[in-house]
Amino acid sequence: MLESIEKIKKAFDEALQEVKDSEGLEKLRISFLGKKGAITDSMKEIKNLDNEAKKEFGKEINILKDDIDEAIRNFADKLANARLEKMIGESKKFDFTVPSSQPEGSLHPITLVQRRIEDIFKSMGFIIEDGIEIQTEYNNFEAVNIPKNHPARDMQDTYYLSNGQLLKTHTSAAQNYIMRKYGAPKKGEPPLKVLFPGRCFRNENIDACHENTFWQMEGMMIGEDISISNLIYFMKVLLSEVFERDVKVRLRPGFFPFVEPGFELDISCLICGGEGCPTCKNSGWLELLPCGMIHPNVLKMGGIDPEKYTGFAFGLGLTRLAMMKYGITDIRVLNSGNLKALKQFVS
Amino acid sequence: MFISMNWISDFVDLSGVDIKALINRFTLSTAEVEDIYEFGGDTKNVVVGKIMSVENHPNSKKLHLLKVDNGTEIVDVVCGAPNVFEGALVAFAKAGGSVCGTPINEAEIAGYKSFGMCCSEKELGISEDHSGIMILNDLGVEVGTDIKSFIPLDDTIFEVDNKSLTNRPDLWGHYGIAREISCLVKRPLKPLDVEDLAQYDGFEGVDVKVETDMCYRYSCITVKNVTKKISPLWMKVRLQYCGQRPINLLADLTNYLAMELGQPMHAFDNSKVNEIRVKMFETPIEFQTLDSSMRTVEPGVMMICNEKEPVALAGIMGGLLSEIEDNTDTLLLESANFDGACVRKSASKLGMRTEASARYEKTLDPEMTVPAIARFLKLLHDVDKDAKISSRVTDVYNKHFDKVEIDFDKAFVDKYTGIDISSDEIEDTLKRLEFGVTRNGDSFKIDVPTFRATKDITMKADIIEEITRIYGYDNFEYKSCASMLTPVRQNPLREDEYNIKKLLASKYSFSEVQSYIWYDNKANKELGIKADSYLRIINSLTGENEDIRSTMIPTLVNFVNKNIENYPEIRMFEDARVVKGIKEDNLADEHKNFAMIIASRESDEYSVITELKKAVDHIAKVTRNKEFEFGSEGLPAYDFIHPKNSAAISLDGITIGYISVLHPKISTKIDKRLTAAICEIDLDAFAKTVPSDIEYEEISKYPGIYIDLSLLTDKNDSFGYIKSIVDSLGNKMLQSCNYVDVFEDPSLPEGKVSLTIRLDYCSQERTLQTEEVNGYVKEVLDAFAAKGISLRS
Repeated sequence: MLESIEKIKKAFDEALQEVKDSEGLEKLRISFLGKKGAITDSMKEIKNLDNEAKKEFGKEINILKDDIDEAIRNFADKLANARLEKMIGESKKFDFTVPSSQPEGSLHPITLVQRRIEDIFKSMGFIIEDGIEIQTEYNNFEAVNIPKNHPARDMQDTYYLSNGQLLKTHTSAAQNYIMRKYGAPKKGEPPLKVLFPGRCFRNENIDACHENTFWQMEGMMIGEDISISNLIYFMKVLLSEVFERDVKVRLRPGFFPFVEPGFELDISCLICGGEGCPTCKNSGWLELLPCGMIHPNVLKMGGIDPEKYTGFAFGLGLTRLAMMKYGITDIRVLNSGNLKALKQFVS
Repeated sequence: MFISMNWISDFVDLSGVDIKALINRFTLSTAEVEDIYEFGGDTKNVVVGKIMSVENHPNSKKLHLLKVDNGTEIVDVVCGAPNVFEGALVAFAKAGGSVCGTPINEAEIAGYKSFGMCCSEKELGISEDHSGIMILNDLGVEVGTDIKSFIPLDDTIFEVDNKSLTNRPDLWGHYGIAREISCLVKRPLKPLDVEDLAQYDGFEGVDVKVETDMCYRYSCITVKNVTKKISPLWMKVRLQYCGQRPINLLADLTNYLAMELGQPMHAFDNSKVNEIRVKMFETPIEFQTLDSSMRTVEPGVMMICNEKEPVALAGIMGGLLSEIEDNTDTLLLESANFDGACVRKSASKLGMRTEASARYEKTLDPEMTVPAIARFLKLLHDVDKDAKISSRVTDVYNKHFDKVEIDFDKAFVDKYTGIDISSDEIEDTLKRLEFGVTRNGDSFKIDVPTFRATKDITMKADIIEEITRIYGYDNFEYKSCASMLTPVRQNPLREDEYNIKKLLASKYSFSEVQSYIWYDNKANKELGIKADSYLRIINSLTGENEDIRSTMIPTLVNFVNKNIENYPEIRMFEDARVVKGIKEDNLADEHKNFAMIIASRESDEYSVITELKKAVDHIAKVTRNKEFEFGSEGLPAYDFIHPKNSAAISLDGITIGYISVLHPKISTKIDKRLTAAICEIDLDAFAKTVPSDIEYEEISKYPGIYIDLSLLTDKNDSFGYIKSIVDSLGNKMLQSCNYVDVFEDPSLPEGKVSLTIRLDYCSQERTLQTEEVNGYVKEVLDAFAAKGISLRS
C-alpha cells in the first residue's frame, strides 16, 4: 500500500509541473484532494488493512495530503505574486515631480497677519471689534483728546469729506464708541479687553514707503487696577507670541495726546537679538509701537470714571507688521490688485 | 536738536559721570537720542605757533614760505593763506598731528618742504570761516600751548529727535536739558549767570504797543555802542557743533540764547527800529525777509512793525531792512512770547519753518522773556564791556498762564504704576524737576513750574509720567492682572467674514485683493463704468480720486483689466467698506461689502455665472446652513449689471446683494473674448440673517427609489418654480427634488424646453413598492398638468 502513496506523490509532482494558471491548479486540487480525488480514493482502501498497517498507512496518507495541500497553496501564492508583478510591471510610471494643475486661491497678506494676531489676542480674552472708516471730527479728534488747534488737525493730514465727516486717520477714532458700547467692567467682572483693527487714511503722496491707505490695530484694556506694570507684562507676552520668540521690551517716554503717560515701545532687534546690527542702527532695539495709559480725558469722554478706572492702549502698524513678516519692500503692492504679487499668499 | 555736553556741564557737574550711560538713560527717561557724535578727538598736536618770517614763494603768487616757531623748534612751512604776517600767532598743526581727522605730515609743496600747517577756523571745525588762518594774537596765549587748552574742541554732541520734544517746550534749550540731566544724575542744577536788570529801571522805556491777543508778552531793551563784532571761540565752537553757523557777535548771541534757554530772540538795528507795534494786517502785504526773499504775507500772520512799516514776521523771521549788519552798533533786542498755534499756522502758510517758529509752536513759557534778556546782556558784556544799555526793559505782558496746582497721594501712584515707589523718591524726583512740593506724609500738593505749565502738565496723570520716567520703566516689575475667568463673546460677523474668505480662497481659487475707499475715476472712464458716489473728499492732494465708492465692482473690473493678460481666468474678491448714501443726520451710510468677480477669456457667459453661483450658494450653506433666494426684486440699477442674467440675492426675506453677468459693454472693452460674472453682498444686511441649526435625520434602513422626469416646460419657467409645484404636494416620502439638466431643441414646440428633474422617494418604515411610487409620481404629474406642464413625449 505504501507503494501507492509513492505513486500518488509522483503523479502529483508531475502534474504540478504542468500547471500554468489558477484554473489548472484548481483542477489539480480537485483531482487529488477533491471528493473523488486520488487521496480520497486511497483513504477508502484503509478499511481493508490490518491494524498495524492501517496505522502506518493512515499516517503516511495524511502526511501526503498535507504536503499536497501546502504545495498547492504555495503554487497559488506564486501565481498571485506573478500576476501582481505583471500588473506593476505594466502600470504607468507616475512622475511626482510634475506640479499639480489645481488653481490656487490666496488671501491678502494683511488678512493673514491680521487673523494671526487676532487669534493671539482672542486666546487672551480680547474681544475683536470692527470700526467704521467714515468718522466724525469728534470721534477722530476731540474724543481722543486732540483739541482744535492741535497740529494733527491741520488740513493737510486728514481727508475731509463733503458732508463734514472725515476718513479716520487712526484706529483710536473707535475708542469712544467702544468705551460707550461696553462701558467699564462692573464689580467682579474682568477688565474690558478689546482689539480693534482698522483701515486708516492720511492725505499724503504715496511712494514705496508711504501709503494714504493703511492698516492699524489698536488694543485697550480698562479696569479698576490696570497699571503700567500690567501694560509692560501684556506687551511682552503678546509680542513674544506675535514674533514667535521671547522678545525683550523697552518703554521710553513718548507723546500721544490720548495717553498719559505715553510710551514708545521698543523690542529687542529681531535680526541681531539685541547685539546691534545695521537694521537697529546698532542700538539693539527696534521702535515698534506707541502705547500708554489711557488719558483721563479720553476715559471721561467715553463715559468711564477716570478716578475709579485706569486702562492702557497700544497701536500696532498692521501694514508694517505684514511688510516685516513677508519682506515686502514696496507698500504700494498691497493695494495694487497685482495678482503676481498677491497670488503668492496661497491659502 | 543737537546738545553739547560741554554746554550742559556749565549747569551740572558731570565729573566722573559715564556720558554714554547717561545719554542712554536720557533716551529712556526723557527723549529719544538718535545719534551721538564725538568732536575734537581727531584733532591732535595743534599748538600755538608764531610766524617768525614770511617770504613769497618763488613759483606761486598765492603761496608763502614761512618759518614757524612751534614752541619746541622753528620749522619751514608752505602756506597758502593771504593773511600771514611776521609775528602772527596761529593755530599750528605739527607734522605727525591731525586736523579733524586729516593727518598732517611732512610734505613737499611746489618744490619746498613743509613741516606742518597753519589752520583756518573751518579746518578746525570752529566755523565756516575759510578766508584765512586763525590769528590768536589777542588771546594772550603762549607759543607751543595746545590749542585745546583754550578752545574747547573736545565735546560730545548728542542729537535728540525733535518729534519726541513736541510736548516739552522746556527742552528746546540746553538749560532745560540740563535740568533733566541734573535729575537723572541727582546733582544740583546751577542757576543761570545773568545781568542785574534792575539797574536800568530808571532808564526810558521803548514805545511798545501790542495790538493782537496772539502776542502774549513782548519784552525788549535797547543797547548802544556795541563795538565788538566777533564771538569768542568757545561760543563759535558750541554754535558750530550744534548745527548753527557762527555769523557775527549779535546774531550769534541771539542764536546762542535760543539754544541755551529755548527763547527765540531777535536783534533789530535800533537806528532803523525804535518803536514796536505787534499786529496783523487785514489785507495781504509784500514783505522781504532777511534771507532776501520777497513774500506775500496773508492776513492772520502776526507782524512786528515800527511806526510805519513791518519789520519782522513775528516768531518766524526778521526783515531784511532792519537786519543787523557788520557795522551795526545799536540794537533793539526783542524777547517775546507768541501764541503757538498762530505761529505754526503762519509758518506753514508761508512755507518757512525756522528755528524760532519751531520753538514758538510748542507754546513757550512767557516767564522766560526777561531772564533771556538778562542772560543776553551778561554774555554781551562778557565780550564787549563798552556796550551801553540805553533803555530799561520794556515789558508788555498781556496773557499769563494759569497757575497749575495738583493734589495727589501715594496710593494713586501705586494704583497707576502697579509698583511701590516710595514717597521720599516721589518728593526727590519732583523737587529736582523744580516742581514746588508740599508733602504731608503720603499726600502731596504740587506747584507746577511755569516752564511746564503752558500745556504739558495739567493733571495727576501728568505727574505720574514725571515720577515713572525718572524712576525708569526698565526698573518696573512686570505683572499680569488677576481677574475672573469669563467667556468672551466675539462678533459673529467677523467669523463669517473669515469663513467666507477662506472658502472662496481654498475651495474656489479666489484671490483676495484690497484697494482704496475711492473710485479710480480714470479707470472707470476708460472702461465706461458709471458708478454712484454720495460722498466726496474735499481736500485731496491729487484732486483725482475724490469720490467715495458705493460699490466695489468697478474696482474689481479694473483689477481684472490690469491682470487679464497674465491669466486666462481671474477670480478675485474684496472685503471693504462703501458708502451707500447720506443719512438724515448728515452722516455717511457706511456698509461693509463683499464683492466677487470671475472673469475668463476662455469660458462662455453661462459657465462663469454658473461657477460664481456655485461659490455664492456655498457661502449660504457654510455660514447659515440655508439657501439663498434669487429674484428680480431689489436688484440695484447699476449700469454694469446684465439686463437679463442678473438676480437679487435674499435670505430670511432680507435682500443682501445681487449676482450678475458683467454687462458685455464693459467686459468686451477689456477683451473681446472676455466674459465675467460679478456678485456683491452687503455684509451688514447679511449679519441680520440667522443661521439655522443642522437637523439630523435618522438614515433609513430601507432602499429608496428615484425617478427622472423630463418635462416640457416654458422657456421662462425656472427650476425654482417647478420645484415649488412638487414641494406643494407635501409628500413625506419625497427626500429630494433635484435639477438634472435642461436642453433646447428645434424639435421641441416653440418657446418650450426640456427640463429633467430627479425625484427621490424613501420611507423610514418599509421598502417602498414600485406601485406606490408610481402613485406618487402620478400625483406630481397631475399637479404639473394643472399648470400646463407635461412630460416630454
